[in-house]
Amino acid sequence: MGSYILKRLISAIPVLLGITVIVFLIMALIPGDPATAILGSYATPENVEKINRDLGLDKPAVVRYFIWLGNMLTGDFGRSFSLNRPVLDEILERFGATLILAGTSFVLCSFLGILAGVVSAARQYGFADKAITFTVLIGISIPSFFLGMMMILLFAVNLKWLPVSGMYAIYGGGDLPDLLKHLIMPALALAAVATGVIARLSRSAMLEVLRQDFIRTARAKGVKERRVIRGHALRAAMVSIIPVLGIQAGFVLSGAVYIEIVFQWPGIGRMLVNAILQRDILLVQGGVVFVAACYVLFNIAVDVAQSMLDPRIKT
Amino acid sequence: MQLMNWTRRGLLVAAGAFLALSPLARTAEAQTPPGVLIVGQIAEPKSLDPAAVTAVNDFRILVNLYEGLVQYKPGTLEVAPGLAESWEISEDGTEYTFHLREGVTFHDGTPLNAEAVKFNFDRMLDENHPFHDTGPFPLAFFFSAVASTEAVDELTVKFTLNEPYAPFLSNLAYPTGLLVSPDAVEAGGADYGRNPVGTGPFKFAEWRSNEAVVIEKNPDYWGAPAGTEAVVFRPITDANTRVAEMLAGGIDMMVEVPPTSLSQFQGDDFTVVEQAGPHVWFLILNAKEGPFAEKLVRQAANYAINKEAIVNDVLEGTADVAAGPTPPAFAWAYNDSLEPYAYDPEKAKELLAEAGVDDLSLTFYVTEGGSGMLDPIPMATAMQADLNAVGFDVSIETYEWNTFLGEVNPGLEGKADMAEMAWMTNDPDTLPFLALRTDAWPEAGGFNSGYYSNPEVDELLEKARVSTSQDERADFYKQMQEIVHEDAPWVFVANWKQNAVTSDRVENFSLEPSFLLHLSEVVKN
Repeated sequence: MGSYILKRLISAIPVLLGITVIVFLIMALIPGDPATAILGSYATPENVEKINRDLGLDKPAVVRYFIWLGNMLTGDFGRSFSLNRPVLDEILERFGATLILAGTSFVLCSFLGILAGVVSAARQYGFADKAITFTVLIGISIPSFFLGMMMILLFAVNLKWLPVSGMYAIYGGGDLPDLLKHLIMPALALAAVATGVIARLSRSAMLEVLRQDFIRTARAKGVKERRVIRGHALRAAMVSIIPVLGIQAGFVLSGAVYIEIVFQWPGIGRMLVNAILQRDILLVQGGVVFVAACYVLFNIAVDVAQSMLDPRIKT
Repeated sequence: MQLMNWTRRGLLVAAGAFLALSPLARTAEAQTPPGVLIVGQIAEPKSLDPAAVTAVNDFRILVNLYEGLVQYKPGTLEVAPGLAESWEISEDGTEYTFHLREGVTFHDGTPLNAEAVKFNFDRMLDENHPFHDTGPFPLAFFFSAVASTEAVDELTVKFTLNEPYAPFLSNLAYPTGLLVSPDAVEAGGADYGRNPVGTGPFKFAEWRSNEAVVIEKNPDYWGAPAGTEAVVFRPITDANTRVAEMLAGGIDMMVEVPPTSLSQFQGDDFTVVEQAGPHVWFLILNAKEGPFAEKLVRQAANYAINKEAIVNDVLEGTADVAAGPTPPAFAWAYNDSLEPYAYDPEKAKELLAEAGVDDLSLTFYVTEGGSGMLDPIPMATAMQADLNAVGFDVSIETYEWNTFLGEVNPGLEGKADMAEMAWMTNDPDTLPFLALRTDAWPEAGGFNSGYYSNPEVDELLEKARVSTSQDERADFYKQMQEIVHEDAPWVFVANWKQNAVTSDRVENFSLEPSFLLHLSEVVKN
């Protein structure tokens, strides 16, 4: 197992290098430049040239790439000009906020999705199955940002139960209940679509397993139905559910961008959107590489978990 | 059945948890505290170093922390004393001597004296200054006419300019001219922008990234003390969320209310405040080639577009129709005898017939949004329909803001016939000087992307820049507006009225034509 993990980690290196090249090229090739973004209406060629010199953008692209890569390998992601602070500080702070949001959402959608799928499968064509399938269809069809806005209107503006936006109260907050209160709506809105997808796939995975011989054998032996579902069938179905969870984790992470904007959650998605609009090159590059690295690591973790669950997958 | 029981139990647990949480939520859904004003801003500030920033969003915080030598007289764009009680300008307009107010200190105790003023301008302008590396200072060119700054005595400071430059005083009143504490810059270095120290009615308390900037009343302020204990600036980039926060009572004040949301704030719980500012929204017309090379066609475009409909229907009354290149907010330099081009499609058709131009197909550069651009896509489609109605054939090309600037600023030649644009400036000199002179064509480093050229206009603008008499300058600007109005290098569309909403707990609030947000007199109950 150890050598398998090591092998996977080594194979991730060219992937990450490729990502650095791609994100660097994209930022170098898109029209518009940081100096124009800073100066706006005052972007005369003379002023632009001066700002570019101050930002080190007057060097050739190849040189800039290797300076950036070299600095990054020593842990120096550079300084964001649009926020006037070190890129890594900003990324870590923001990523923490995104992890809280996406992590909560991921736990929610995994738990609710699998639960709904299992119940649906166990009661195929029953009332519970139909109700769940219908709800899931709605969940999948509503764009998360729209759901978020509707939740704000209902629970924050009209009922005044929950705060509209942000991560902590501006005054007197900062503790766990305060965080939870701010977290409920964005986490649910973000989890909605992924819950639906996981529920559908769990249902079909369970149905497939439930038709197999060992389930019939278990039932024939007189094992309680509850134990058949939870012990025998779910465990077998998890092998096909877990990769879906891995994909949905990525989906939740990228969906966080919209939710972070709607709920003003101070996460990395909102940071990246602003950074792109401002052409804050170092912040975009650093942020994308960081998120990509996390995503690659997460996928490796999923593969490892899968191979642990299912001995048929070669390590 | 067992399974159903289990899920029913699960449902009960979930319902219980919800019921337990909701009263908690209700009690904790706090009203904002009295004496603390919470302002919904449109973005996270970049820095609180006045020399390092360019955005109005950041200026709105800065003017409460800092003061400059001069300031805009409340309610106008005229220059009034600030930290300098008085000043003299030499006969030839190249020497400005300021006399500082006595007994003013920065929030960290550093005295405000001539050396401190000199430190501020040297830091921005002298590349060899030990703290020049705390930049970049993108708007330092506002003071590029300054050859040297000299501390004559403790409270007298003299600026020597390398040529007469009349907008110098207005530029000093602009936030780029706000004065920072030299000791704080030395202590903070590159991070000074996160630990700002000024002389203003509020002092800096805290900056929680992406959540809030908090400033507190300065108890030692030399002038009238602030009306609130603290002001909290919250960045809420999404306009709908900002509106929802305002409706839910999470913020006491919001700026830049989307026109379509204004109707939600009617009634006694809210007050909507409006103020016209030095903003002009126009279409640059390519006067070098294509149909708009002909003056009659440019005038026809001005007559063809229904500006009233745009400001009233698209912008819901948040702007006025513009008459010429200078916004009325510059009251002293504005030519109020100018009338906007009327909406007259028949006249437009006559002019087109008279011009005899056969090919009336136009390429129109449109942006998705940007600083001061209001609602550019709906405005563009409305104008497209108006122009097509008189015989033009307009095709729109849409770009993201930075890409758009990258296309428009280098000039429209060979690419497009017209482009949207908007400017907010601090002196009547700025926009025409940078965007209407012959020497401001893109290849000369200016923003005259439509290649307008009229020697008379060039001469008037040059003369206005070196005159030291405001009356004389006003006269030059008024003549310039008349000529430009007639030549129609642009379609003059709108002057934006900045707006803000306050809750009924906020008193004494008004907006300034400068678009800055002075909060020291505001009271929050």
